[in-house]
Amino acid sequence: MGGYGDVQMIDADGKRADGRGAGDMRPMTIEVGVIPVADGSARVTWGTNEVVAAVYGPMEAHPRKIQKQDRAVLDVRYNMAPFSTTDRMRPGFNRRSREVGKVTRDAFESVVLTELYPRSKIRVEIEVLTAEAGTRCAGINAASVALADAGIPMTDMVISVASGKINGTVVCDLNKEEDNYGEADLPMGILPNSGELVFLQMDGDLSPAEFKEAWDYNMDAASGIHEIMVAALNAAHGGES
Amino acid sequence: MSESSAAEGRDGRGQTLVTPGQSLGPAEGRTAGNGLVVTERGMIVTSAGVLVQNGTTMAVEPHYTRYTPRPADLIIGVIESVRNNLWFVDIRGPFNALLPMSLGPAKADFGGTRQIIDVGETILCRIQEVEETHACVVTMKGLGLRKIQSGIIESIPPHLVKKVLTASRVKSLKSSTDCRIIVAENGRVWVEGPTHGQCMARKFFDAVRHGADDNELDILVAGFLDGGAE
Repeated sequence: MGGYGDVQMIDADGKRADGRGAGDMRPMTIEVGVIPVADGSARVTWGTNEVVAAVYGPMEAHPRKIQKQDRAVLDVRYNMAPFSTTDRMRPGFNRRSREVGKVTRDAFESVVLTELYPRSKIRVEIEVLTAEAGTRCAGINAASVALADAGIPMTDMVISVASGKINGTVVCDLNKEEDNYGEADLPMGILPNSGELVFLQMDGDLSPAEFKEAWDYNMDAASGIHEIMVAALNAAHGGES
Repeated sequence: MSESSAAEGRDGRGQTLVTPGQSLGPAEGRTAGNGLVVTERGMIVTSAGVLVQNGTTMAVEPHYTRYTPRPADLIIGVIESVRNNLWFVDIRGPFNALLPMSLGPAKADFGGTRQIIDVGETILCRIQEVEETHACVVTMKGLGLRKIQSGIIESIPPHLVKKVLTASRVKSLKSSTDCRIIVAENGRVWVEGPTHGQCMARKFFDAVRHGADDNELDILVAGFLDGGAE
């Protein structure tokens, strides 16, 4: 009986099971303004992933004990719909969703000009409709576009993408099988204009050289995602597309 | 606009579209206005919108913003809750405004505020004071400020008030609908007049909400004048 390491996900020519090369990203589309009642919203499809993010506010922060006298608080909620995976997700928040919500909030706190809205709250809701690995990255990208759509002042947009290692090869943007059976996963949050990093997590082991390779894949992918984001925002606000 | 021009950051009228984080180059000799900050990376865009330049001042006209109260703004508020000596008013801003009893429309005894204006009622008021923390006080002491008891209230996104509802357009809308129209800075509009006029005004504001451009709005108003309300 074979183990996880026996699952062959990349061939000798560097072609992955879904036909992509090592540095290729899954196709991504972004739609802006999908929730009319929200101040800003976006839908991101990334491979089979589908994520919707909505932004409300700035609004009065309740309960009052969460108010900050000198800045706004970001209230980020990440949730996976019960039907988003083949095994039904139990509705409501769990440890993973709280963790993803926290890292997303921390990533955005470094770019959103919260000091402009003291005592208020900016609510960011991320709902995963279909999950196929990389939902936290898709959620951050959707939230980034939704925040820009809501007119929330930010010094940069946050782009998130993950690279990892499968069968000893570093590849960009893992799909479900690669995520489940791969050896490492490196999601990063990148500011595309300054090249700064606002979050980084790593699951598994990467050598320094592999880490550098994964880093470079993420940086390259981030610039591509940024172009898609800008085009989506401009198409939504600049007239007919 | 084509997909390619969208990606290049220009709209159908040739205006430059910008997104957060975009660098506009060194800030020397230029002043950063709304929607821009100056950092070590130069002048940086903070809001998605259209880049405008007025002399040496650069600014971003955002695609969307929430209403930010400023002193002396004429606004239409909705009473959200009442205390013994003040009212809390929803002004579509980040915070509810306070209307103290002393700045109310009529003399009220302590505990008698509800008899003057009740929860859910709409008022035409003016921003009296805005603190640094965005808490604000409104007043109903002033010419024309009152409780609104007739007509309809329409809402449009606040950032479109100055952009779309220019004085001349509102004037022609008033004459074509035969209605009294008061546009408040927070995006609420009070329309009072004959029912068919109110219907025409509602159609106009519906078009504004759905992103009609200047030309479409002018055609719509001209249609009202020709009797094309239906």
